[in-house]
Order: sequence, then C-alpha cells, then structure tokens
Amino acid sequence: MRSLRSRYARDNVMLGFIILNTVAVLIPLFIIIGYVIVQGFNYISLDLFTKELGSPTRNMMGEPTGLVHTIIGTAVVDIMAVLISIPFGIGAGVMLSEYPDHWANPILRVLNDTLNGMPAVLKGLLAFVLVVKPMGSFSGLSGGVALAFVMFPIIARATESALMNIPWSIREAGLAIGLPRWRVILSTIIPAAKVGLVTGFLIAFARAAGEAAPLVFTSFGNNYLPVKWTGWIFGPVDTLPQRLYNLAISPYEHWHGMGWAAAIILLVVIIASFAAARFFIRDKKQG
Amino acid sequence: MSEKNTKKINISPSALYGWLGDRIFAVSVFVLGFIVIFTTLAMAISLYYEGSEAITKFGFWGFMTGEKWDAAITMEFGAWPFIVGTVSTSLGALALSFIPAIAIAVFTAEYAPHWLSHIIENLVNLIAAVPSVVIGIWGVFVFTPWIRDTVYIPVYMWSLENAPGLTPILGNPIGYGMMTATIILTIMIIPFTTALTVDAFRMVPKEQREAASALGATKWEVIRMAVIPYSRGGILAGTMLSLGRAIGETMAVAMLIGNKNTLPFTIFGPGSTMASVIVNEFREAVENIHLTSLMAVGFYLFLISLIVNLAAAYIQRKYAVTGGRAV
Repeated sequence: MRSLRSRYARDNVMLGFIILNTVAVLIPLFIIIGYVIVQGFNYISLDLFTKELGSPTRNMMGEPTGLVHTIIGTAVVDIMAVLISIPFGIGAGVMLSEYPDHWANPILRVLNDTLNGMPAVLKGLLAFVLVVKPMGSFSGLSGGVALAFVMFPIIARATESALMNIPWSIREAGLAIGLPRWRVILSTIIPAAKVGLVTGFLIAFARAAGEAAPLVFTSFGNNYLPVKWTGWIFGPVDTLPQRLYNLAISPYEHWHGMGWAAAIILLVVIIASFAAARFFIRDKKQG
Repeated sequence: MSEKNTKKINISPSALYGWLGDRIFAVSVFVLGFIVIFTTLAMAISLYYEGSEAITKFGFWGFMTGEKWDAAITMEFGAWPFIVGTVSTSLGALALSFIPAIAIAVFTAEYAPHWLSHIIENLVNLIAAVPSVVIGIWGVFVFTPWIRDTVYIPVYMWSLENAPGLTPILGNPIGYGMMTATIILTIMIIPFTTALTVDAFRMVPKEQREAASALGATKWEVIRMAVIPYSRGGILAGTMLSLGRAIGETMAVAMLIGNKNTLPFTIFGPGSTMASVIVNEFREAVENIHLTSLMAVGFYLFLISLIVNLAAAYIQRKYAVTGGRAV
C-alpha cells in the first residue's frame, strides 16, 4: 500500500491532467468559432444577400457579386428534405412505438440505426442512383432526397423515444372510451409528445443543413439564379455547404472572403436550430 | 323512452372511422416503415450494383487490394490506397482523441460543479454541431498554414540535419496531409466519445461510488476503480461510434488531406481517404470504369461502416446487460 501522501499527490496530479485536457479541447473550439465570427462579419455585405455569384470574372470587372441564389437554394433544398423526411421518420417511429409486436420492428430498428451511422457521402451516392440517374440531370429535388436520407433516421429515433415516454395507460384510456386506435395515436399520443417530436426535427434539420457531401453530386451547385422557378427543383441548385466548399478551394481571394461569409450564415442557422431544440427540451423539463 | 336511449347507444361509427380507419392507418404506417427498411437495403444493393462492373473486372479482393488508381492511361483501379488512408486517419484520430475525450467526460460528470458541467457539455455539443465544411474552411486558411510553419517545417528541417533516415517517413511538409486531416478529425470526434461517456458515468449507481469512498479511496481512486470499470461498455460503444464518424467524415478531410492517390502515404505528406476520393473525383469521372470504381469504393466504405456500426450496437447491448441495468 502506498503512503497516503503519495495517493493524495496522485489525486491532484490526475485532477490537473484532467483540467488540462478539458482546456486543451475547448481552446480549438473557441478559436474556430472566433475566426468564423470575426472573418465572417468582415465579409458580410448587402450585396451578399441581393446579388448572384456569376463567373469569377464578374468580380474582377468590379461588378457586385453575392450569394442570394445560394441562400434561396439552401432554403428550397432544406424544405424539400423536411417535407420528404417527416412522413417516413414519423411513420417509422410510430411503427416502432405504437405497434411494438410487429415482426419487422427489430429489423427496422437495426436498419434505421445503420442508416443513421452511414457516412453522408454514401447517402448522396444513393440519391444519385435513385433520382439523378433516372431523371438525367442534377437537381434540387435529388439534393432534397439526399438530405432526407440524413434526416429521417434521426427523426424516426426521436419519434420512437418521444412516443415511448407517453405512459401506456393514456392509450388504454383513449381506447376505453371507444376511440379507434388511429384516433388515439393522432389526437392524444402525438400531441402529448410534440415537444419531443419538434426537438427531434430540429436536431435532424441541424445535422442535415450542415452536410455538404451528399449535395456535391445531387444538387451539384450553380453560379446563377435559375431562369424559371422550376429550376429550383429540377435544375442544379446551389446550397450553402456545397458553395462554401467550392469557394474555399477556389483560387480567388475574393471568393475566399465570401466563403467565410457563407460559413457564418451556415453556422448561425445551425446554432439557432440547436438552441431552439435545447430551449424546447428545457421547457419540457420544467413543465 | 328506454327505446330511444338504446338506439343512441347502438349508433356505431362508420367503418371508415372505426375498424377500416384502423386498418388504413396501420397499413400506411407499415408502408412508411418498410420504405425505411428498403432504403437501407437499397443503399447496399445500389452501391454494389453500380460498382459491379469494377468489382467483376478486378475481382472482389483484387479491387480491395489493388494499389493502382490510374484514371488517365492504364484505367486500372484499386481501393487499397484509400482503405489505408481511411483506416490510418480514423484510427489515428481515435488514438489522439481517446484520452482527452474521457478526461472531459470525467471532469464534467465527476469534478465540475453543476453550472460548469452544464456549460462545458453545451460547448462540447457545439463542436459536434459545427458543420464539417466550416471546420474545413478554418483548416484551409488558418490551421494548415499555422501548423506547417510552427511544427511540420521545423521538424522536417531538424530531421534533415540530424536524422536523414526519418525524412522519407515524414514526407513533404506542405501543410495539407495525413497529419493535418488526423488532427482535424480528432477535434471533430471528441464530442461523440465524450457525450456517450458522460451518459455512461451518470448511470453509475451512487452506491458504487459511496462504497469505494467508504473504503477510504481518494476521489481519483473512486473514479479509477468504481466509475470507469462500471461504465466501460458505454465508453467502448462511444469509441466505436466515434470511429464510425471518423471513417465517414468527408468534407473537412477532402479539403485538408492533400488528395494524393498513390501509396506510400507519409506522416506529413498528402494522402486520400475513401470518402474524400468519392467527393473529389465523382463529378469529374468521365470514363465508365472510373465511375463504377468510385461506386465500388463507396460499397467498400459501406461495408466498413456497417461492421463498425454493428460492433458498436453489439457492445452497447452486451455491456448494458452485464452491467445490471435494463436499457
């Protein structure tokens, strides 16, 4: 047995080591966020939100360029992803929690988790095979499908756990007064679990909104506003994460600055949705 | 009077509202659930099917161990360089991240007062929320030039003068390379290990800690002997999930690894991973065999992620049972 003094010394050394590690990990975080905020605000301008990017020469000739087509495109693709993923995510979640005896549930649970753990780039390849190839062109729709593949496993998992938290007796109460099962699920269980559901959507949205890998070969990117409104859905569409990647690896100084601006817009969107999710969770705990 | 009442009670809802509605609802829920199942299967099947031309041409093992990736002249493709790149960067990141991640978890769950642990947990979750491209742009413009000038070039110069045998292993210190990608991956996967480890620590029963304290253990000894062994399942599962993350991480790696397609890779020198080669070359692949080879790389990436994910699920379940808690 070592002496008490050496054991206490060891205790203190370990505490110091642990604090050192904690600080060492938090420092890069502050540096990254700090750089994005400082650099991003330097390059934010009104043109960014009102003009399209165009070709690199447009900026060299002194004309104003911006990312308005990227911002609209991101909104379009993300909304499509939300619309596509919500039915599948909720459907799978309801199946897992409300029909627990179904023979396919173990398979569904494993495969849903597997899909959730798959690299996003493979989800992009899947959307390429399923949507881009049959349609014959890169499109905003295929980008939405690719992001939906990112979102619905998360939504399914969140839905399952939110619905499971509702006591089984509430379902029995609904059935006992003669409501059919679908009415019980739609009018009592889902409203009761809505905080959990909304939190799940927001987390899934935040995950999907930052993904660039699936979009590179589905929505592809576009330097211009589409000519017709259908171009947002059936033509190549620019999205913030993918545009950020293209700007960062481009050889133009000005585009690098725009990359930082795109980074801060993206970060604000994502942190806002995470903060909203946290807010809902806290609300639930108090209520 | 009584007749009237019985009549009212006997009014049954329409079939569409009652049993038929139930049927329709259940069937539509099952259809949606089965589509989720089929999506996962479709991923495996379509990647294999689209990559089958390359896999049949070079053979399953031949493609996996082929070291040549030549899209210009010989049209020979093999996934080995990318498998090496993926495995070495993600295992390297795992090794670098393991101790700091556990340390943060210990600090937040065991040492920090409630308010501080709350703040740290949120900050760590914030790293997980930062998109990969944002970390990538920071890596390209800030981190890479900095680490090249302060670490890579001095070390390389030192080895040129003092240990010439070391220089081929170190490789060109251009900044973009395996080491840079590994460090960035480390920063990105720490939150995942930490989050699951904290959860595992929180599940340790109070009696377990109190028993160790009652025997006269110091704070660290309590953690070392009572807390960490009890939560090893959670720690292991968290580590495996982080490994899965590191394997699949695409954009930041593609921006920072340097994208060199031929072995041997060196420590500082450029390299390539399976995910990064898909993103870099997919849009530019002209020849059919090049495209199918990229799909085949995707199929191998699918297999590796599948193994890691299933292993994580298995560990989580196995230790959850022997740990005596019903999850």
